[in-house]
Amino acid sequence: MSRIYMDHNATTPVDPAVLRAMWPLYEESWGNPSSIHWAGREPAGKIDDARAAVASLIGAKPRDLFFTSGGTEADNTALMGVLLARKDAGRHIVTSAIEHKAILDMATYLEDLHGAEVTRLSVDGQGRHDLDELRAALRDDTVLVSVMLANNELGNLNDIAAIAAIAHERGALVHCDAVNALGKVPIDVAALGVDLLSISAHKICGPKGCGALWVKRKTPFEPYIRGGGQERGRRCGTYNAAGIVGFGKAAELAAERLASGWEDEVAALRDRLEAGIRERLDGVRVNGDPEHRLPNTTNLSFLHVDGEALVLNLDLRGIAISTGSACTSGSLDPSHVLVGLGLTDEWLAAAIRFSLGTSNDAAQIDQVVDAVVEEVEKLRALTA
Amino acid sequence: MREAGPEPGERVVVAMSGGVDSSVVAALLHERGCEVVGITLSLWEDPDPDGPDGGCCTPSDILDARRVCRDLDVPHYLLNYRDPFREAVIEPFVAAYARGETPNPCVNCNDHLKFDRLVQRTRELGARWLATGHYARLHRDEDGTPRLLAGVDRGKDQSYFLGGTPPSSLAMLCMPLGGLTKAQVRDEAERLAVRTRHKPDSQDICFIPDGDVAGFVARHGGAGDPGAIVDEDGRELGRHGGVHSFTVGQRKGIGVASAEPLYVRRIDAARARLVVATADRLSATEVEVGDWSWLRRPLPDEQLTLKVRYRGTGSAVASVDDTPDGLLIHLAAPARSVAPGQAAVLYAGDEVLGGGTIAPVRTR
Repeated sequence: MSRIYMDHNATTPVDPAVLRAMWPLYEESWGNPSSIHWAGREPAGKIDDARAAVASLIGAKPRDLFFTSGGTEADNTALMGVLLARKDAGRHIVTSAIEHKAILDMATYLEDLHGAEVTRLSVDGQGRHDLDELRAALRDDTVLVSVMLANNELGNLNDIAAIAAIAHERGALVHCDAVNALGKVPIDVAALGVDLLSISAHKICGPKGCGALWVKRKTPFEPYIRGGGQERGRRCGTYNAAGIVGFGKAAELAAERLASGWEDEVAALRDRLEAGIRERLDGVRVNGDPEHRLPNTTNLSFLHVDGEALVLNLDLRGIAISTGSACTSGSLDPSHVLVGLGLTDEWLAAAIRFSLGTSNDAAQIDQVVDAVVEEVEKLRALTA
Repeated sequence: MREAGPEPGERVVVAMSGGVDSSVVAALLHERGCEVVGITLSLWEDPDPDGPDGGCCTPSDILDARRVCRDLDVPHYLLNYRDPFREAVIEPFVAAYARGETPNPCVNCNDHLKFDRLVQRTRELGARWLATGHYARLHRDEDGTPRLLAGVDRGKDQSYFLGGTPPSSLAMLCMPLGGLTKAQVRDEAERLAVRTRHKPDSQDICFIPDGDVAGFVARHGGAGDPGAIVDEDGRELGRHGGVHSFTVGQRKGIGVASAEPLYVRRIDAARARLVVATADRLSATEVEVGDWSWLRRPLPDEQLTLKVRYRGTGSAVASVDDTPDGLLIHLAAPARSVAPGQAAVLYAGDEVLGGGTIAPVRTR
């Protein structure tokens, strides 16, 4: 059975060049990068190079970026780090109802344990935020606004620059979860105007277990993981040298792709998929904001079809797609993002996400269109 | 009649609890050359993360099912049925105890989850068969009509839990262990090197692995008020802490001193009263059953037996009358401990003819 992977927002295949860059960190340069002697210098130098490459992908200075165990840690740390550092200024956080769970669950935890008050902005039927709702939500004691750049389930791109400007006017700092936008659209922290930004390696053909948090200079930030003083005390723990070096290589490759027009190529594939399915099937709804979304993502609902049944049938044919976030370990829960859109049950249960990536080509798109049409027709025949 | 089951090459969904029985089913069907798809239902999570991790469908059982499928190199899916399980099994379970009944959660789980939702999912996956590890046999008439029979291992027979299964679902089911004894299943597990082969058997009620039913019911809001323990003439003999801790026919835990052992004869939840009596007063010759469904109507003069609990041999039936809500079953000899809420299942020899739920006793 040939296999097709179309779930790149969950994770991406590791690029062979990334793996080749990582291997020497295990085989030769295995020293502790914090050591003063020769064994530490080699990996430390490679980490410096990687930090520069990753920083360059988001238009940042290398020294303002520290590495984490992944996107979740970067998100968790951003919220807690700012709340604890600014506790004298207030405890109010504004975020969105359709953020990743790494933000939403941390926000709830901060409410429960650290007396934070959290406002979760609503979205309209296309998953868009109303900037007036943000203006109304901001208070004198609002310390942080956290909104993602691209929604992982819908692909929606938020107008972070506008959000940041409004938040800064009221004295709030701004964090942006850019985990699913990284490598798919150009990112420039200065243009976005944010104060903190989370990214992760495995969404751009890098290794799992490595992410980063960028914190603008002079931003109040209380470290979360404490220990041996690595990352200038902002994130302690022995460096994940191979992961970081892999992240650096992946960032270089992502920058090359963006420079060579990959965005348009993948958008053309995505549009071919969407058009192919909608030409041949009635009762298909595009979830999200088609005008402002990632070039690789489409979230579709199929009327009278259970999304889970469709995903399992496609998996049995070797096609990997998902109903939404992959974070609940193989089990399929109703998506809080689609619930946030106010989808009625018939559309909610019928939603699946296609997220394209470097491993896909036009022939695969046509195969997936055929398979989706066949399986949807079979499932609809059962309920007819 | 012949045994029902998939042919080599046919797709079959195997309902996998993570125990040895369903693991052997998956391995046997895989060996037969079927295209096996393993599915485990995520049904219940104890709110206490340090809570008991035995029984079935706990995180370690899910892991076992997944690893068995990986050993066979077949797909495995975990489906989240926690909300429907709470609605269709846990909530009615707690409510029934609060009403003074003794519910059978396995029957509800079969009727509303395994043989309803999972059967539907099986159809959607393009599979003709859903295989389970039940100790019961499914045969098919020449015309395809399914016949449900007791498992050959009398100590393990689970046909009692399947009496209410709709015929449309039975037509898709396959129970490869019904013709085997538990010892043979263990042998098959050894032969096929199934990694769960040394696991102990699971508990009666999967979501109460420590066996403390009254404690579970109380934690989930089903605790009854304390009240009087009375004899059949209404004389108070003592006090109890809530009727949810008792079941009809129970002797232990009543806590009333008496020359002869006393048993729970009736539970009057509305008045929080426990009616107790000596053993000779416990028997009933009539059993009223609701929610009845027939798999096959009895033939004239067919000798029937009724089972009113999982353990036990069953009672000879004298006659069966239809009622507006189900059946009134007259027994040839009195049966003890007929507990409202338990399943009642009619057999003709080995064959299950139908099942329902024992109705609450009307106050006379």
